[in-house]
Amino acid sequence: MENFEIELKGITKRFGQLLANDNAELFVKKGEIHALVGENGAGKTTLMKILYGLYTPDSGTIKIRGKEVKIHSSKDAIDLKIGMVHQHFMLVKTLTVSENVVLGKEITKNGFIVDYERTNAEVKKLVEKFNLSLDPFAKVSTLGVGEQQRLEILKLLYRDAEILIFDEPTAVLTPQETKYFFDIMKKLSSDGKTIILITHKLKEVLEISNNITVMRQGKTVGRLETSKTDEAEIAKLMVGRPVLFKVSKTVKTEDEINKTETVVLIKNLSVLSSKGHTAVNNLSLDIKKGEIFGIAGVEGNGQSELIETIAGLRKPVSGQFKIFGKDIDFKRTTPKKMFDIGLAHIPEDRHKDGLVLDFTVSENMILGRHREKVFSNSFNINFKRVEEFASKMINDYLIYPPKSSLKARMLSGGNQQKIVVARELSKKPRFILISQPTRGVDVGAIEFIHKKIIEARDSGCAILLISADLSEILSLSDRIGVIYRGEVKKIFLADRTNEDELGLIMMGGAS
Amino acid sequence: MKLPLWLKEFFIQVSITLLSILISFIVGAVFIVIAGANPIEVYLKLFEGIFLNPYGLAQMIFKATPLIIAGLSIALGFRAGLFNIGSEGQIIVGGFLCAYVGFTFTNLNSFVLIPLCLIAAFVGGAIWAGIPAILRVKTGAHEVITTIMMNFIAMALTNYFITYHFHLPETVHTQSISSSAFLGRLDHFITAFKGSPANMSFVIAILLCVICWWVISKTPYGYETRAVGFNPNAAKTAGININRNLFTTFLISGGLSGLASINFIMGYKHYFEEGFSQGVGFMAIAVALVGQNNPFGIIFSALLFGALSHGTLVINALVPKDIIQILEALVIFFVISSNIFAKKYLSRIRD
Repeated sequence: MENFEIELKGITKRFGQLLANDNAELFVKKGEIHALVGENGAGKTTLMKILYGLYTPDSGTIKIRGKEVKIHSSKDAIDLKIGMVHQHFMLVKTLTVSENVVLGKEITKNGFIVDYERTNAEVKKLVEKFNLSLDPFAKVSTLGVGEQQRLEILKLLYRDAEILIFDEPTAVLTPQETKYFFDIMKKLSSDGKTIILITHKLKEVLEISNNITVMRQGKTVGRLETSKTDEAEIAKLMVGRPVLFKVSKTVKTEDEINKTETVVLIKNLSVLSSKGHTAVNNLSLDIKKGEIFGIAGVEGNGQSELIETIAGLRKPVSGQFKIFGKDIDFKRTTPKKMFDIGLAHIPEDRHKDGLVLDFTVSENMILGRHREKVFSNSFNINFKRVEEFASKMINDYLIYPPKSSLKARMLSGGNQQKIVVARELSKKPRFILISQPTRGVDVGAIEFIHKKIIEARDSGCAILLISADLSEILSLSDRIGVIYRGEVKKIFLADRTNEDELGLIMMGGAS
Repeated sequence: MKLPLWLKEFFIQVSITLLSILISFIVGAVFIVIAGANPIEVYLKLFEGIFLNPYGLAQMIFKATPLIIAGLSIALGFRAGLFNIGSEGQIIVGGFLCAYVGFTFTNLNSFVLIPLCLIAAFVGGAIWAGIPAILRVKTGAHEVITTIMMNFIAMALTNYFITYHFHLPETVHTQSISSSAFLGRLDHFITAFKGSPANMSFVIAILLCVICWWVISKTPYGYETRAVGFNPNAAKTAGININRNLFTTFLISGGLSGLASINFIMGYKHYFEEGFSQGVGFMAIAVALVGQNNPFGIIFSALLFGALSHGTLVINALVPKDIIQILEALVIFFVISSNIFAKKYLSRIRD
C-alpha cells in the first residue's frame, strides 16, 4: 500500500436534492502536483471545500498523512497545514503585502505591538525563497492580478501550509503570468509541498501536473498519470462522450472577404476609461457580413471600453460609426437603441452585466426582450409564453438542470453562460458583440457555444469577438485585429497567422 | 412530503417568523420582570385586550392601516434598491395636500371629492419624493441623506402653513375637510367595532397591497424594477433605462407614503394637525423589513405592530408603556436576524 499525503474515500455530500459528491475519492502523494478536473458542477469545488473544512461530508473518511481526521472548519484545516487559494482573492486592499500576510497571525512585540521590522524580514525571506517577486511594502491596491495571487500563496506559506489547494488559478492570468505561476508551482512542489489544482484547462493540466483525478456528476470517474494520457482521453472522461476540440467552419479567402459587403464600420474612435485615461485611441475597424472579427490583445488594452461604447453603455470622445449603412450617433445612442437596430451583446462578465442572478432562468431569458409584443403588453407579462420560450431555450441549449423556475444563481458557470448566449442569439441579431464567451466554462459547453457562434456567423451575422484565450480567437475568427494600447495595430487573416505572431504584437512588438 | 416547493418555502418562512416573534416575547418577559410585573399576567392581558375584544381588534386595524400603506412605499423602494427614509415627510406633505383639497372644494360630492383627495395625498407624497428622485438621478446624491433632510423641511413647511395661514383660531390644526371627503368608519358595518376610528382606509390599504403585488410581479414595469434592484448593471446592459425606472419608482413610493395620511385625515380627525403622522414613516421601515418587502407579509407585520401599538394602552396599568417599545424592538431584531438563517435554510432546500 502506497503512502498518500491526502486520502479522501467514499465522500458523499448532499445539498437537498442535489448530490454534489457521490462516493468521491482522491489520493494525492506528497510533493506532487495533482490536477482535479471536471466540468462545472462536477463536484470539484465541493470536494475541496470538504478538505478545507468549509463543508462537512455526509459520509466518507479523510486521511491526512495516514491519519484519519475530522475537519470541521478552516481553522482545523490550517492546523493540518492545508491552505486554499480561492478563485476570488481575499485580500485587504488598503493594507500592504506584509500586513496582509500576517493578518490574523501577527508577529508582536510584548504581545501588543506589531513588530513590523521582524514581519517584513520574515515576509522578505519567504518571497526570496520561492521567488515570488513581491514588494513587502507595496499596498495591495497597487498590485496586478498575478501579484495578488502570489500574495495569496505567500499567505499560505507563512502559515506553514504543506498542502496547497488552488481553485482555477489561471482563469485570471495572462499567458506570461501563467508561465510564471507554473514556475512557482514547480518550485513549491520540489520543496516538498503538495499541490492540488482545480481547473478545466486541459492544456495546463497536461503541462504542469503529475497525476490527474477526473470527476463527473459528483463521482470520481478516473485517475490518470499525466505522462500516459492526452487531452482527448481526459475530456472524454469529463464529459462522458468524445469532444471535438477543433471548431469546424468554412474558411474564407482574402478575396471572398474583400468582396463581401461591410456592415459595421468604425472610424477614428477614441474612448476614455472610467479613470479618465485614453483607453481606445483613434481605432478603426470594419466587419463584413457573415464574418467573425476577432480582437486579440492583453486584457486592459481598451477591449472592454470598445465593447461598451458599441453597446451604447459608454460615451466616446470622438469617432464615427456606421452600421448597416446607417450613421449612428455614438454620443446619443443607448443600449435599447442599439438592440432595436439588431445588436446583441454577450458581455464579458456574466455575473455583473449578463444576468440577474436572483431572477429565475426564465426571467433571465427575456431580460431586455420583456417589452416585446410576444412576451408582454403594457400591463402584463405573459408568463405562460415566457415559460414556453424558456423551456424551448433550455432544450435547445441543453441547459442543466432543465428547470426554468430555478434562480440563475443556482446554476453552474457554464450553464449560466448558456442562458446569456441563448438569450442574445434568440434576438435574431444582425450584429453581435461577444466578449469572453467561454471564460470559466467547461469543455462540453465551450464546444457547444462555439458551434452556436459559428451558426450565427453562417446565417450572416457580423460578429465582433473579444477573448483572452488566443486559441479561441484563432479558431473562431475570420480576421483578427491585434489591439495594443487602444489601437488596432495589425489585421491578419486567421488561417495565416499563429499564437506566436499575435503574441508578439500584443506585447507591443514591431508590426 | 409532496408539497409544491413554493408552498413548502412559504410554510418554512412563516414558521421561522412566528418562532422569532415567540422568542422576542420570551426575551421581553425578562424586561417585564425587571419592570416588576408578572410577564404571564401582562401577556394574557395583552392578548385579551387585543384579540378577545372587538374594540381591540378594531384598534389594531386602525393603527395598522397607515403602517401597511407606508410599509408598501418603503418595500417598493427596496425592490428597486432605493432606501426611501423620507416616508415621514411624504406622509406629512401628502396629508397636508389631501386636507387642503378636502377643505377647499367643499361643494363637490363624495364621488368626486374622495378620489380627488386620494389623488392629492398621492401627488403630495410624490412631489416630496420627486426632489430627492431628481437629485439622485441627475447628480447621484444618495437618497438616504436627501430624504432625511426633506423630512425636516416637510415638518417646518407645514408648521409654517398651519401657524400662519390655515389654522383654525385657538387650535393647532386646520379647519375640517368637507364631510363629503370623509371615509366611513368600519363600525357602520360591524357594530362590535363601536368606538374605534378604524375606517375604510383599511380596505384601501388592502387593495393597494393587491395592486402592488400585481404591479411588481406581473407587469413589465415591475419586472424592470426588480431587475434594477437586483442588478442595475445587467439591467442597463439589457437596455433598461435604469434612471427612468428609479425615478418612477421613487415617485410611486412617495405617492404611497402620501396615501398613508388618509387614515388620519379622511378617516379619523378630518383635519391636518402638526405631528399627526406620529413617526409612522419610520416605523414603516421596520414593517417592510419584517414583512420581507412582500405586500402580504407587510399586512401581517403591520397588524403585528398595530397590535403592539394599541397594546400600550391595554397594559398601561401593569407596566410602563416603554415595555411595548422594547417588545417592538425585540421583534424587529429577532425577525430580521432570523431571515439570515431562513435564507440559508431555504437555499439549501431549493438546490
